[in-house]
Amino acid sequence: MKTTLERGINLGKTIIEKILSAHSGQDCRANDIVVAQVDYIMGQDGTSPLAIRAFENMNGKELFDPDKVALVIDHSAPSPLEGVSALHKLMREFAKQKGCHLYDIGAGVCHQLIPESGQVGPGSLVIGADSHTCTYGALNAFSTGVGSTDLAGGLISGKMWFKVPETVKFVCHGVLPPGVYAKDLILYLIGQVTADGCTYMAAEYTGEAIAALSMEGRFTVANMAIEMGAKAGLMEADEKTFQWLKRYTDREFTPVSSDADANYHQVLEFDVSKLEPQVAKPHRVDNVAPISRVLGAPIQQAFIGTCTNGRLEDLRLAASILEGKKVHPDVRFIVAPASRRVYLDAMAEGVIQKLVEAGAAVVTPGCGPCVGTHNGVPADGETVLSTANRNFKGRMGNSNAEIYLASPATVAASALTGVITDPREFVK
Amino acid sequence: MKYQGKCHKFGNDVNTDYIISGKYKFKTLDMNELAKHVMEDLDPDFYNKITPGDFIVAGTNFGCGSSREQAPLAIKHANISAVLAKSFARIFYRNAINTGLPVIECDTDLIDAGDLLDIDLASGYIINRSKDITIAVKPLPQVMIKILNDGGLAAHFRKYGGFKFD
Repeated sequence: MKTTLERGINLGKTIIEKILSAHSGQDCRANDIVVAQVDYIMGQDGTSPLAIRAFENMNGKELFDPDKVALVIDHSAPSPLEGVSALHKLMREFAKQKGCHLYDIGAGVCHQLIPESGQVGPGSLVIGADSHTCTYGALNAFSTGVGSTDLAGGLISGKMWFKVPETVKFVCHGVLPPGVYAKDLILYLIGQVTADGCTYMAAEYTGEAIAALSMEGRFTVANMAIEMGAKAGLMEADEKTFQWLKRYTDREFTPVSSDADANYHQVLEFDVSKLEPQVAKPHRVDNVAPISRVLGAPIQQAFIGTCTNGRLEDLRLAASILEGKKVHPDVRFIVAPASRRVYLDAMAEGVIQKLVEAGAAVVTPGCGPCVGTHNGVPADGETVLSTANRNFKGRMGNSNAEIYLASPATVAASALTGVITDPREFVK
Repeated sequence: MKYQGKCHKFGNDVNTDYIISGKYKFKTLDMNELAKHVMEDLDPDFYNKITPGDFIVAGTNFGCGSSREQAPLAIKHANISAVLAKSFARIFYRNAINTGLPVIECDTDLIDAGDLLDIDLASGYIINRSKDITIAVKPLPQVMIKILNDGGLAAHFRKYGGFKFD
């Protein structure tokens, strides 16, 4: 890691300074406080019920623009409990009454659905009551996680107040070697800067390694910006971005780039051309080691899914490793496609067939196993290898289990052998 | 606002899953029920150790992780009067202010478990009675002081019908 500090009196602006200037009507800079117009608002079933209560508490009557609001039932879906069912019912009734979008059980994970909706693109400003809302930064949007009360304020006014964050620029040189993926890259970066290395900051990812990533890979990298404390994880838009968006919308978006003389809090440079697959060890996302240091640790559960790595590319990669083979008899292998569309595409391609034949238990598109509500709670003393973004103690519903995080390739290879395994043995 | 109480000490990176586990937060909107499980994965008996008015004291990056507002609400409903940490994660910090839980950035190395503190939010410092020392407090941004003074973001909205900071 090479560090340079570029703080000065340059006139240029970062992506986030430009987006917040455009949405607030104020020529703002880092550390200014602005009230900005938002383009889209999202809440999920863990946060929306409290937001609905806050909306009422604020004397909210109507939504600022129902077409720009989506409620997603994904975190505990289908409902495993009466109490959850009551919260889901509250969301459905609110959505019907106010006329906003509702994505019900089976539709998928919010952070896959919102990009797929075509409502968000370069230059957009989005708030979501889920910390991984930073995912849409891969589309050159400023999107950030908020709590329920902030969400309620947005639902009423279409606005939110922001402190304009300083930006840390991550320049990733080189091309990732075979068997090393976007997930390995972001785990490595988090390990380098630590879990609070970018608190109150925006992370901007750039360099050949980022340009070479697919859109799926870029979503993975942007998604985990919050795991270094960042408010947003931004990338520039390129031809890949526009090609990806074309599949979901005809809308025109205007890309936003940082100026060459923009002021950064810090510029960090990395050469990733020799990176090994990476693993985050229990119980911290920044407790990252190259896979060679954790090889051979036995696992009882393997999980591929979540807003980090439940996309078609991830399922394809796993299927390519597992095709014609069986997962280890001591391993439970759970797969959750990120959305119904991902599920259908994976079925059409035969990817689901291959995974199920290998022994996968495919569960409803959604967040359940990742957040510990249902669909794969480990037993005391068990070890899980997961493609999720968090391995906090108790995260998957049992504080006496250990969670390791890795790429879909590492999870698939390890599901086969029953121990943490280097996927490069299986990737052609 | 003035508070007096004893301290419960935790380490760095206390995340929102530790504050209130995901497996509970989806079950109910009854915050008094959630409060019984506060910090359970770090200290299973924590709720029963609280005397109303006590403080949670921690290291860096308190509240990292999820956007769940149930985290500050569970702390508040467990009758903790304020959280003191060297630094806070961004979303938790906003959520705490929005819902009226005082969050105080200061050098918590000067505070041990069981210490008795006097806190006057307006004064800019806290007094550690057990150690007979005064600890400086990092001031809140003006916008947050405005929201706290209005009684939280919901009360601010009721008062002004939107954002009104000037």
